[in-house]
Amino acid sequence: MKISFTKLTIILLILFIMGVFFVSLSKDSMYNTKNLVGKKLNNVQLKSFTDDKIISEIDLIKNKFTLINFWASWCTPCQKEHPFLLSLKGQKNLHLIGVNFKDNKNNAEAFLKKLGDPYHYLARDDNGKQSINFGIYGIPESILIDENLIIIKKFIGPLSKADLKFIKEKTNEY
Amino acid sequence: MNIKLKALILLFIFNINYVLAQNSLVEKNEIFKNLRCLICQGQSVADSNSEFAQTIKLIVTEQISNGKTEKEIYDFLIEKYGDWIVYKPPFNKTNFLLWFFPYLVLIFGGLFIFLTLKKRVNR
Repeated sequence: MKISFTKLTIILLILFIMGVFFVSLSKDSMYNTKNLVGKKLNNVQLKSFTDDKIISEIDLIKNKFTLINFWASWCTPCQKEHPFLLSLKGQKNLHLIGVNFKDNKNNAEAFLKKLGDPYHYLARDDNGKQSINFGIYGIPESILIDENLIIIKKFIGPLSKADLKFIKEKTNEY
Repeated sequence: MNIKLKALILLFIFNINYVLAQNSLVEKNEIFKNLRCLICQGQSVADSNSEFAQTIKLIVTEQISNGKTEKEIYDFLIEKYGDWIVYKPPFNKTNFLLWFFPYLVLIFGGLFIFLTLKKRVNR
């Protein structure tokens, strides 16, 4: 059977279009930050919540693992993850840093007073500029880094039981 | 120095500043338009007023005033958010087809039309 050049071209074109649709539709279109895993954090300049002290890379390398959690009192999912953060407070080899994001100071203090303060260090990011340096695009978000400031995992949205298990296992490995 | 000359110099300085400010504004808006608002549905940073877009606008404005070039700003944001943040992704091995596909369509489409017409004329 002889297929004409035109028919062959049309068939190939249809197959190609179907292939493009298949690949595109089966791909996860949600943005994820997996490309950040394995990268090193730099230019860390987190301003203390209470005074003008700045936390930088030098402070972070002292900890075996650090979980940097971006939160705000106006963020409802942050309340949901708060018990998980509290349960991580005593975790061996883990240091918790909270970054209060675009929040009112009084509201943030009231939030922690009411729900408990899980953080070893509390920082603030009044205008959100520091969040960009961490590749944050919404809160709550948390980043687990090691002592070399390498990102081990990013947790987008509130921490879950599975995330908690992962963090505990990872920090216990050391 | 007579007053007319002084006025002329002042006007000249004012014009230069105005042109520079306009250029900076145009550059800034161009960058905003080429950045994707990651939490919005199909909106650029320029079109969005979300928290994320506002923060990105702040960062871009700050980097422009620090003398960073457009490419340096894109590179910084790509490092933090990946290629997805820019509407015009940089050319690399994963997206080369995206860049070359229009040219391939043009070449093969032209060839297809040429051969079809030639065949028809020969008949």
